[in-house]
Amino acid sequence: MTEKTIFELSRPNRKGLRFPAPDVPLAELPKDFLRENLPLPEVPENEVVRHFTNISQLNHSVDNGFYPLGSCTMKYNPKINEEAARLPGFAHIHPLQPVETVQGALGLMHETQQWLGEISGFDAVSLQPAAGAHGELTGVLIIRAYHDSRGDTKRTKMLVPDSAHGTNPASSAMSGLEIVQLTSDEQGNIDLKALEAECDDTLAGIMITNPNTLGLFDENIVEACQLVHDHGGLVYGDGANMNALLGIYRPAESGIDVMHFNLHKTFSTPHGGGGPGSGPVGVTKELAEFLPSPVVAMTSEGDEQNPAFYDLLVPEKSIGRVKSFHGHFGVVVRAFTYMIRLGKNGLLGVSTHAVLNANYIQARVKDVYHIPYERLCMHEFVTEAIWEDAPGIRALDISKRLIDFGFHPPTNYFPLIVHEALMIEPTETETKETLDAFSDALMQIADEAKNDPDILLNAPTNAPFGRFDEVKAAKDLILRTQLPEDYGVI
Amino acid sequence: MRKRIKNWKEITKTGYPVSLLSIDKDQLFAEKDLTMYTPHTQADRDAMLKAIGVNELEDLFQCLPDKGKFPNLELPDGISEMEALDELQFISSVNETPQELVSFLGAGAYNHYIPAVVDSILRRSEFYTAYTPYQPEIAQGTLQAIFEYQSLIASLTGMDVSNASHYDGATAVAEAVNMAYHNFRGKRRKIVLSNAVNPQYRETIQTYMKGMDLEFVGEDLDPEAGPDDLIELIDENTALVLVQYPDFFGRIFDLTKLSEAAHAKKALFSVHINPISLGLLKPPSEFDADIVTGEGQPLGIPMSFGGPYLGLFATKKQYVRKMAGRLAGETVDTHGNRGYVLTLNTREQHIRREQATSNICTNQGLIALASTVYLSLLGKSGLQELAKLNYHKAHYAADKISTVPGFIINPVQPFFNEFVVHCPAPAEEVNQHLLSRDILGGYDLGMVYPSQKYELLVAVTEMNTRAEIDYMVEVLEEEYHD
Repeated sequence: MTEKTIFELSRPNRKGLRFPAPDVPLAELPKDFLRENLPLPEVPENEVVRHFTNISQLNHSVDNGFYPLGSCTMKYNPKINEEAARLPGFAHIHPLQPVETVQGALGLMHETQQWLGEISGFDAVSLQPAAGAHGELTGVLIIRAYHDSRGDTKRTKMLVPDSAHGTNPASSAMSGLEIVQLTSDEQGNIDLKALEAECDDTLAGIMITNPNTLGLFDENIVEACQLVHDHGGLVYGDGANMNALLGIYRPAESGIDVMHFNLHKTFSTPHGGGGPGSGPVGVTKELAEFLPSPVVAMTSEGDEQNPAFYDLLVPEKSIGRVKSFHGHFGVVVRAFTYMIRLGKNGLLGVSTHAVLNANYIQARVKDVYHIPYERLCMHEFVTEAIWEDAPGIRALDISKRLIDFGFHPPTNYFPLIVHEALMIEPTETETKETLDAFSDALMQIADEAKNDPDILLNAPTNAPFGRFDEVKAAKDLILRTQLPEDYGVI
Repeated sequence: MRKRIKNWKEITKTGYPVSLLSIDKDQLFAEKDLTMYTPHTQADRDAMLKAIGVNELEDLFQCLPDKGKFPNLELPDGISEMEALDELQFISSVNETPQELVSFLGAGAYNHYIPAVVDSILRRSEFYTAYTPYQPEIAQGTLQAIFEYQSLIASLTGMDVSNASHYDGATAVAEAVNMAYHNFRGKRRKIVLSNAVNPQYRETIQTYMKGMDLEFVGEDLDPEAGPDDLIELIDENTALVLVQYPDFFGRIFDLTKLSEAAHAKKALFSVHINPISLGLLKPPSEFDADIVTGEGQPLGIPMSFGGPYLGLFATKKQYVRKMAGRLAGETVDTHGNRGYVLTLNTREQHIRREQATSNICTNQGLIALASTVYLSLLGKSGLQELAKLNYHKAHYAADKISTVPGFIINPVQPFFNEFVVHCPAPAEEVNQHLLSRDILGGYDLGMVYPSQKYELLVAVTEMNTRAEIDYMVEVLEEEYHD
């Protein structure tokens, strides 16, 4: 099934694209700076198209099958979003155009800030962060800036629950904070006693994911936020799991001070094989002046005769810029399209059905797949893939076997507090038939694990490739190809 | 000629905020309102709730606090696809695009031609509806594309390896500083930073590195200073010397001496590039750069009001383990077939948590794919042709503009497709006048360099015809004749 690389398809003097001949006189080239050799491939258009079409077909994607990858919210990506982002008035505007020539774009961004604020309960939103992890970094920098602005510079301790996504401690460390890990209690909630023990005058804050990475709504969330506030700390909310809460509960209500959204998870913008995402950050009004610059503001409301006016402003004590320009505007357009289509009740429908679907699979498989914290789950749940009577089988083997059934495997080995974790998030866009087929496959695999484990150990057999040698990849470290040395030599 | 900007309230049917309706939970859960993008029938729901062991959808949320549960959001009702598209078309039409205006605006984002092939591949939903390739057996499309992206960027920059990309040029540059800081384990705290690096990138570096207590030098030099003026600032405490090539003002400098000076003090040397320029210019590897970053937007990515763009990041082989970001590596499967996996994961946050050098979690996936298709299609001759086209048009424009009285262009320093015009009036005024004639004149350098209020940064690409250039010059002549 191996496809040639674009470099292997190259032949000297082939051309893929021509540009018009210059319509201006030729200038003298800067001879001291000219490049001698440009070793790029030479492939005609038809071959380029075939090459990328062929390799695309080696992918599993939401559009060709179920993709219950926990914590990633692989829901259906509506096609209208793609059309919207490609409208010329959005796709071709320059970020530094005078604001009076881009009032539509600024208005759309302002409206998106308002929608996200209303959904989450936060008073102000910046659309600048490029992804979830980038939103986390932004949020943690806001927390630091808040303490610093009060001269409270000794607050350098950030608490991170042991169930947290690895980006949480990494984002805090990047901001120069010291990380202290918190254990969870028997119900999978934040352990309030452990939290209280860490609450002192060096506390900068806590990073909380709610629903947490076990897919459980943290029953101690309000108390935990209160405790942190009582000791002068702030609460960061990781909004990765917001798909469970639209129209159901506003994170700001529980006492979270700053939170990022993942437009590529909750708001249906495509994951693009790993990006681009978008990670807007919402904050309480006390933190609004620290938001990254710029934010979009309506500087004049307008009336019957005069238009409203939107501008890009720098918040007073802004942490500064976290990237160039104003965020992933193209992604924001897609998310806005999704939100206005759904409206208030549609948003609620998303989350109720996401939670319904997850609980349904959990109910169907829980007698065979051990659920370490057995409660009603939110939009996802985690099982422990360990059976005493199938000692050689690991979560990875179950995952690879699921591929044979045409399903993308769940997230493996995360969260770290569950051994052999399989994290399953079906999302709301899947039918009961799909959920049943997936549950049936899981049950059959459990049976095979005990009676014929080789089927799992040899899986996948119904995929374009077998398992890969990851050790070899890290050892050989072949990270690129190039044109051969004798390329073009006859 | 210019379109009247309409009142947002005239534009949007979803006007915010809407009137507060009294909450009626039965109505909230009424089937008709819950079916957008959810396929469930009432019969499905009943069967599923029964299997779960609860009676109603609301019962799934028993463990949530009562206070604040099911808030009555002040948001409008949903609308159909037809209505949504109608509204979005209207909003987008309020913006004025460089297709309607004549644009010479660059300063970090450029109006280039995007061949039809690029979007036709990006629209393959096997690519755009997949995620990070955690399961390589069913993700070879994404993985091979990343491997080819890494290969193309390494070949273009002349470096040994490229990562799978960062968010944009600004964050790539910030990651270069972060990498240099970690390379010296925090023991070297000085960064020599040219003020001819894009001001937005420098601001991003400051934000990223706030917690690290670094000293930045070089930014207070005269904007006219060249790279060799940075040499005396380099010392044993310097972790990184960072420049842009062509620089923010469009100038091309020989970086050999600066690179040697950095290496003499064992500091790292990082160069930020415009990828199109490398179709014509010597790659930074010829100046012995340790790190090359770039803004990949010119490589087939729409300007899209500033994002999503693409952060290029390449380095020498010996620094590969210090580099943040995703990496695809070649290997074989159980049948001996060549394929690719994500590799060196142990550098990354999901394994190393707070010990990781960066929190970056993904790459710019689809945008990196766009640049991969673009570079594959243009190839060697296409990129060379394009770079020359940009060069010639920019030089034609510079020559013509400098014939207008009072408009001066530095005749000494070579440039690529962007150059600084000294104007006889504040650049802000010149821009306003040009805009009144449907021209986006350029970037007013006075906005970020207080001493440069009369300087206009003008970008010319293959998209600017000779007629457009002549039109701008004509408009300038009318206003600024002797």
